[in-house]
Amino acid sequence: MSHALLQNIWFLLIGVLLTGYAILDGFDLGAGVLLPWVARNDRERRMVFHAIGPFWDGNEVWLLTGGGALFAAFPHVYATVFSGFYLALMLVLFALIFRAVSFEFRSRVESPRWRAFWDGALCVGSLVPALLLGVAVGNVMRGVPLTADMEYAGSFFTLLNPFSLLVGITGLAMFVTHGAVYLMNKTNGAVAERARKWALRGWFALLILTLLTGAAARWDAPARFQGKPALIWVLPALVLLFMAATRVFLAQHHPGKAFLTSSLTIGGLMALFGAACYPYLLPARNVVDIAGYQGLSIFNASASQLTLLTMLIIALIGVPIMLAYTAYIYRIFRGKVVLEEEGY
Amino acid sequence: MDPVLLARIQFGLTAAFHFLYPPVTIGLAWLIVYIGWRYLRTADPEYETMMAFWIKLFAMLFAVGVATGITMEFQFGTNWSTYSRFVGDIFGSPLAAEGVFAFFLESTFLGVLIFGRRRVSRGFYWFSTLMVAIGSTLSAFWIIVANSWQQTPTAYRIVGEGAFRRAELTNFLAAVFNPSTLPRYTHTVVASILTGAFFMAGIGAWYLLKGRHREFARRSLHIGLAAAAAASLLILVTGHLHSEQVGLTQPAKMAAFEGLFRTEQGAGLVIWGFPDAANQTVRLRIAVPRLLSFLLYFDPNATVAGLDQFPREDWPPVELSFYPYHLMVLLGGWFILISWLGLLLGKRRFTNRTFLWAVLLSLPLPWLSLELGWMAAELGRQPWAVYGLLRTRDAVSVVVPAEQVLATIILFVLIYSALLALLIFLLVREIARGPASPAHVPAKEVAR
Repeated sequence: MSHALLQNIWFLLIGVLLTGYAILDGFDLGAGVLLPWVARNDRERRMVFHAIGPFWDGNEVWLLTGGGALFAAFPHVYATVFSGFYLALMLVLFALIFRAVSFEFRSRVESPRWRAFWDGALCVGSLVPALLLGVAVGNVMRGVPLTADMEYAGSFFTLLNPFSLLVGITGLAMFVTHGAVYLMNKTNGAVAERARKWALRGWFALLILTLLTGAAARWDAPARFQGKPALIWVLPALVLLFMAATRVFLAQHHPGKAFLTSSLTIGGLMALFGAACYPYLLPARNVVDIAGYQGLSIFNASASQLTLLTMLIIALIGVPIMLAYTAYIYRIFRGKVVLEEEGY
Repeated sequence: MDPVLLARIQFGLTAAFHFLYPPVTIGLAWLIVYIGWRYLRTADPEYETMMAFWIKLFAMLFAVGVATGITMEFQFGTNWSTYSRFVGDIFGSPLAAEGVFAFFLESTFLGVLIFGRRRVSRGFYWFSTLMVAIGSTLSAFWIIVANSWQQTPTAYRIVGEGAFRRAELTNFLAAVFNPSTLPRYTHTVVASILTGAFFMAGIGAWYLLKGRHREFARRSLHIGLAAAAAASLLILVTGHLHSEQVGLTQPAKMAAFEGLFRTEQGAGLVIWGFPDAANQTVRLRIAVPRLLSFLLYFDPNATVAGLDQFPREDWPPVELSFYPYHLMVLLGGWFILISWLGLLLGKRRFTNRTFLWAVLLSLPLPWLSLELGWMAAELGRQPWAVYGLLRTRDAVSVVVPAEQVLATIILFVLIYSALLALLIFLLVREIARGPASPAHVPAKEVAR
């Protein structure tokens, strides 16, 4: 396989990993953010913890694997983004640390104050990544200042521009909607009722914010529209179609179908993001020449042909096995949460 | 402040803290697999009780391991971006493979262990313990592959210039199985089993001293000691093979371990001493004559390279390599002594209070030896980030301001100290509460 083909395949595979992360960890991030609002007492909160408890860790591995794959396939992008977005990533990291231990620690002590603390840790620990991941996407879309040596040339505050913040809030609305639809599927009674209200509110917010982001991108990230085939307009059309379907399924009380279309909405938005950036992984906002490209592209920032090929073989062996047992475990835990003595 | 020093302090602190968790979970995972197997074979409810108890402690340790592991995955990019550019073509693949082959496996099946006991058959439940054990052991493999390549880089060629200068892969399998991978991996895995074994034996000893949960305690002590006895001998064997490899492939590191300033024919093995790098001598040196030459080259008169063979700027920090290495070796001796004493004591090991106290007090020592071994391995690699290819001082991120690193160091220290304190508090609480037979869980537990 030629180097260019492998570079394209890995662009797609990184996209698949990040999309898998957004869909899967997306629902537990969203459910975590909603915890204080959908669950009012300890029993209800335990229900939410049980709804995401068996899955969140496996879901987060999509992010870790995505990070590892980015390191392996596009080391310069990994190096530039992680060092350039230092403080933002450290914030995400601290949030993920609190979130990870909240699952194990919360149930161990009966005191209400202890439990309230870890409820807060789950909520804030989910909110920070749910918001900042979108901010990162926004910054990639509009491009960041880069040097000819591929180093990030801005500061922490460069990242906090209005457009990226808008994308961050859009992402938050997306995760909250997705998490609410998930909770409708996994819980009963008052929690499911409240989750439905949040799904409807989240859906409306996501619709408005997505349209706003699209318009703002035209103005603040015009380069993402240049030189694209007309066919690319299929993607936003699909996104709107999936969103409409989600609303219909919510109205018809079909939470299972709504979860499917909500997942497809996220997939469509991620595909749109990928198509808009291609062949760049981190476009430069300033004028700069990095080995013939205006930023870090799949061609000037990738690993060698041999590494990309080796990684492809690893993925072809490992990913189907992983998908098979993940699907099987999801099947084991299908249906609504039944609180029992085991677990949290 | 020196940004390189700050980045090193942050990496050292976060890695040392993270390294407290994966080894004990690997060790416990395999012991749980064994207990689960006994349960399947005998249907003895005591084994089911043991499984439930150890899985509970396992899950807490694992959670902190996961939480602090994310830091490590991010940190190559955040603080060592020049390193990441240089090694990415080779170092990234094992990290990605660790995700695909190991992290998914352990985290997915851990969900079954915590939530699934009533949802799956006994056989599948046991299978899940096995998958968690295999996943965590594979995870150790891939991360040690990556780290070993830093120590003994192979199967690469240097290409590019300036920011684009990097090591490119020439043969994947040769890079994976570089000279230090297998010695380091086997040594680390048996050390992990030892850590889990002493954890189990120590808690069993504590219950016996207190006269509580006798049957549970006897079996835990027995299984823990038997595993420790086997692991402590294997540590000796793998440790020897690893030292041979270091002597062969990283001679400056071996010279620092042994405080060998001058090249010597028939070099002795230092048992203890106080190295003084400034005066190039080891004070109060106790050594077995010719043994180092014999162990490294199977020839008592072989010549062993001293630090005088290397430019001063390529020396590892001698004291910081020497002390951790020798303390680790001494602890290794203690593990053999205590675990084999337990086997020799026969049934008296359950009643001899001095012995039980010794086992209980030994509980944290494998952690100490793991940390010391890791310090010896990584400080002995200095001044290189990639041995002989990239210096540590040239490997850091160029765009991250020192004050931001200082700020995150402070946050890491605060958060990690709090996590450790909470974890110890929770573990002690669970241990004091003791194992509960799953068949008759107290009402309070049900109401949780």
